Amino acid sequence: MPTLEHNGSSFQVDEDGFLLTGMEEFNEDWIEYVSSVEGIEELTDEHRKVIDSLQEYYKKNGIAPMVRILSKTTGFPLKRIYELFPSGPGKGACKMAGLPKPTGCV
Amino acid sequence: MAKHETPLLDQLESGPWPSFVTDIKRQAEKKPECWDILGILELSFKERITHWKHGGIVGVFGYGGGIVGRYADVPERFPGVEHFHTIRVAQPSSKYYTSKNLRQLMNLWEKHGSGMTNFHGSTGDVILLGTRTENLEPFFWDLTHEMGQDLGGSGSNLRTPACCLGTSRCEWACYDTQEACHSLTMHYQDEIHRPAFPYKFKFKFSGCPNDCVAAIARSDVAVIGTWKDDIRIDQAAVKGYMANEFPANGGAFIGREWDAFDIQKEVIDLCPTNCMWMEDGELKIDDAECTRCMHCINVMPRALRPGAQGGASICVGAKAPILDGAQFATLILPFIPVTKDNDFEELIEFIESIWDWWMEIGKNRERVGETMQRVGLPTFLRAVGVEALPQHVKYPRENPYVFWNEEEVEGGFERDVQEFRARHAA
Repeated sequence: MPTLEHNGSSFQVDEDGFLLTGMEEFNEDWIEYVSSVEGIEELTDEHRKVIDSLQEYYKKNGIAPMVRILSKTTGFPLKRIYELFPSGPGKGACKMAGLPKPTGCV
Repeated sequence: MAKHETPLLDQLESGPWPSFVTDIKRQAEKKPECWDILGILELSFKERITHWKHGGIVGVFGYGGGIVGRYADVPERFPGVEHFHTIRVAQPSSKYYTSKNLRQLMNLWEKHGSGMTNFHGSTGDVILLGTRTENLEPFFWDLTHEMGQDLGGSGSNLRTPACCLGTSRCEWACYDTQEACHSLTMHYQDEIHRPAFPYKFKFKFSGCPNDCVAAIARSDVAVIGTWKDDIRIDQAAVKGYMANEFPANGGAFIGREWDAFDIQKEVIDLCPTNCMWMEDGELKIDDAECTRCMHCINVMPRALRPGAQGGASICVGAKAPILDGAQFATLILPFIPVTKDNDFEELIEFIESIWDWWMEIGKNRERVGETMQRVGLPTFLRAVGVEALPQHVKYPRENPYVFWNEEEVEGGFERDVQEFRARHAA
């Protein structure tokens, strides 16, 4: 598995750039790195709200929330989530939050 | 990339059917990474196990689906397929093409990918097989900017809709399946590209109950053409069939020893509702008893036509076995008009009534057919605002576990046991 270096931090990731050890390794450098590859120009409080909401849900439930639950807890419609994370809640936000890679019939 | 020894695959080059192995070898002359497709497949034939890693999340900015990521688990042996992502490209309704369009698409695909394709995926998309992550955005740019085409759907969203060829070259189509499929695909681009559902959702449009896109088995909302009025009979042509001037079933059984056409044996006696008979040399149909199964029309296409008042039946909930067992779609709307004249208003209204409900109560990865099973058909009908009809069931329930709503029961559910005991000692 590739190791990524960013600002002196190193991260173990899979081919799709998801953190292998998940939220344990998650830190500010990771957020900055994902912003640079997922088309996010400026990180705002709204981004952080989505990230916090995903992490909180994952810690409590052991899975990523369904899209409409994410929309409900953050108050952001799906359109806004795509404006914040151009690759969407799965590839963009879950990757940044350090959640495991979405699986199933994608 | 080197050629690999492929003794097992080479056997698949013999025989009369077009060989995919020969085709891949031919493409490999131009695109050497295709040798690695054969190499990794040969390895799988030998070891009887797949050599693709689990999952893969890749895509283009702005979309949550359309591309299926795939990585080889033996990339050092087959570097040409280290990344082997699949791109779904939206296909034209009924898959009519010009060679110009296909050449343009293939030129793009040879520039950005392996040149291997699947024409088409089961859902309908043009499938472009095998490219690397860094090629995805450049391909998408060219596809949209040079060709004006878009990606198809994947993920928990509306998948690419598909239709039979409808009125384009079939005399049985009861509505314009291509127009409906295209219009709804355009109308729901957002639902196709950005997954927002509990699970996947598919539309399919068939022009008549022959159901040439298998809508009833392979779509969550199946729009199946039918008609309201009488089957149109050309009695002279019926006589023509009886005199063996025309082959039955458009000649589909020519070459088999099935004797001369016998209208009694092959049509009247096979009608599932027994609503046909001959009278004074004329074929009669009691249309009120006809279930529009298509058999008589299929046998005598020159003599019988669907009625002139076309529309469609809407069936909901088909799915493959996972998790709770396979389902065909169940009839919900026996007949609605399906027409461009009002921009498919009735259909769109019905679809959105399902989505409004299912997006709220559907569990994670629960197909709408399973949600219907979980809550029951009466609850589903209420949710989508449809009155219960005898046509909604094949036969009534045989168990007596009937649920009543409190307001349907005189006196309600609040009862006092003391009052009961006063009349009925313990």
